[in-house]
Amino acid sequence: MAQLQLRDVRKSYGSVNVIKGVDLEIRDGEFMVFVGPSGCGKSTLLRLIAGLEDITSGDLLFDGVRVNDLAPSKRGIAMVFQSYALYPHMKVYDNMAFGMKLAKAGPDEIRKRVEKAAKMLAIDHLLDRLPKQLSGGQRQRVAIGRAIVRDPKVFLFDEPLSNLDAALRVATRLEIAKLHHEMQNVTMVYVTHDQVEAMTLADRICVLRDGLVMQVGTPTELYERPNSLFVAGFIGSPQMNFVNGQIAKGFNAHTIGIRSEHIVVDNDSPTWRGEVVHAENLGSDNFLFVDIGSEEPVLVRQEGKTAIPWGATIGIRPLSENMHRFDEKGVPIR
Amino acid sequence: MNAVKTGAFYLAVVVIVVVAVFPFYYAIVTSLKTGTALFEVNYWPREFNFQNYVSVMQQGAFPRNILNSILVATLTVGFALFLGVTASYALARVRFRGRTLLLLTILGVSMFPQIAVLAGLFELIRFLGIFNTPWALVLSYTIFTLPFTVWVLTTFMRDLPVEIEEAAIVDGATPWQIIFKVFMPLMWPALVTTGLLAFIGAWNEFLFALTFTSSNTTRTVPVAIALLSGATQYETPWGIIMAASVIVTVPLIILVLIFQRKIVAGLTAGGVKG
Repeated sequence: MAQLQLRDVRKSYGSVNVIKGVDLEIRDGEFMVFVGPSGCGKSTLLRLIAGLEDITSGDLLFDGVRVNDLAPSKRGIAMVFQSYALYPHMKVYDNMAFGMKLAKAGPDEIRKRVEKAAKMLAIDHLLDRLPKQLSGGQRQRVAIGRAIVRDPKVFLFDEPLSNLDAALRVATRLEIAKLHHEMQNVTMVYVTHDQVEAMTLADRICVLRDGLVMQVGTPTELYERPNSLFVAGFIGSPQMNFVNGQIAKGFNAHTIGIRSEHIVVDNDSPTWRGEVVHAENLGSDNFLFVDIGSEEPVLVRQEGKTAIPWGATIGIRPLSENMHRFDEKGVPIR
Repeated sequence: MNAVKTGAFYLAVVVIVVVAVFPFYYAIVTSLKTGTALFEVNYWPREFNFQNYVSVMQQGAFPRNILNSILVATLTVGFALFLGVTASYALARVRFRGRTLLLLTILGVSMFPQIAVLAGLFELIRFLGIFNTPWALVLSYTIFTLPFTVWVLTTFMRDLPVEIEEAAIVDGATPWQIIFKVFMPLMWPALVTTGLLAFIGAWNEFLFALTFTSSNTTRTVPVAIALLSGATQYETPWGIIMAASVIVTVPLIILVLIFQRKIVAGLTAGGVKG
């Protein structure tokens, strides 16, 4: 059980400010995902929570107690690293037991906890192997197992899937989601640059940019009601269409944003007409790139299999209730 | 063309091996000769007479000298590795002001020739009251071995993944436990290499050994061999000297053969994504 509070947390290396004042509350048992482009400070923020870096100013509270100066091992956290960070010379069992051995736990207790964690992750048949005898996915499961054995109040993940190939990434993502479901009272903080991971795993997402929090909310909130042009562009795949200039002026906005699934092909009463300059068929959907005179062609998701040839001129209509309008500063007009 | 290349390659190998091994081979051949045969040039052993080996072991305190050498070299390796590992952890992983300067100073220390520090070191050893004891040699050898040891280990430690250390910190390990339970097992190749070189250096050292010991029973083998004397002052006992040299070289060869198997790269394989 742990509730985390960050109060005006700042971190600077010399004169370089990496985290520029973050106020954030992470609820008890919540799965919070930090997401943002590289260099936004999301990993640094996680390392500040872990205690691997010192907080320059501000307060970090676990359940209302200030832990700024507490050693990482005393904070009740466990961490999973991007590169697994297993101890190469120890067998899987010893890797998982290392923390408890250092804490001078009894051998029976250690064995019980390690075996329970190993069973949970289906790695109980690998306990006698060395890390180098494991595949990437198995290694990351061992790293997660090592974290579980510590019985943490707060579980920290630093881009745990980035080193895995696409298929394993999806499988391990499910594994982590399952873990969150089974460990209801453990607060999880997860860092990723992949917004799909963020959308699928998170209870709430915290979007960061240049060391500042842009928006915090549930995946649906962020997807449907982004509070800035940046969040609108960052969340969602494929990326939201942005249209500037004269076309946007027609909607009383500097920029309008519309997601590809919110545009329909409508040759009878079109809002815009344009040429199909490129099309991608993904099997379930067709993605059409339609040139309507904006800087970038507009991406339209067309369900079904009606093939529209390249070069055809078609009419499209945005669903106005799903349109986002932004002013010059990228602030939404509502 | 290819056959010529291969032939030239093996010819070069043979030349190098012969040049490198011949002096030692000749020492073995000579050590098996006695009497006037010593002064004939023979490239193949004609007789197998172990008289020289028997006499060198009965000569004065030679067995004692061997024990001294083993003691001094082992202690030197022990101290050098202990201090080297702890120092290199600080130099590689702890951020502090003047770290580079300190590293360069350490390197600078190793540039002085032995003879330059001999007098100063002699005073130090007299002051510590360890003149004519093995500790005098252990101290001076450790001083001369450490710069190299620290440099090699620091370079090696820098290359160890930071995440492993951080994982250990999260697991609650102290710096001491990180060094000895996590890093040491990963550093075997570097430890074996530096340890072996420190051992060889201490085993073969002559100048300090000659200066800092004064009695037969505290000398190490290089000095003992140099001071071996024949029946008269005009006779140099080549046979015995060669036998003694062979005796003291064999342990080194055995050590190298044992540990070269341990010098395998890639001990960190599997710990982190490469």
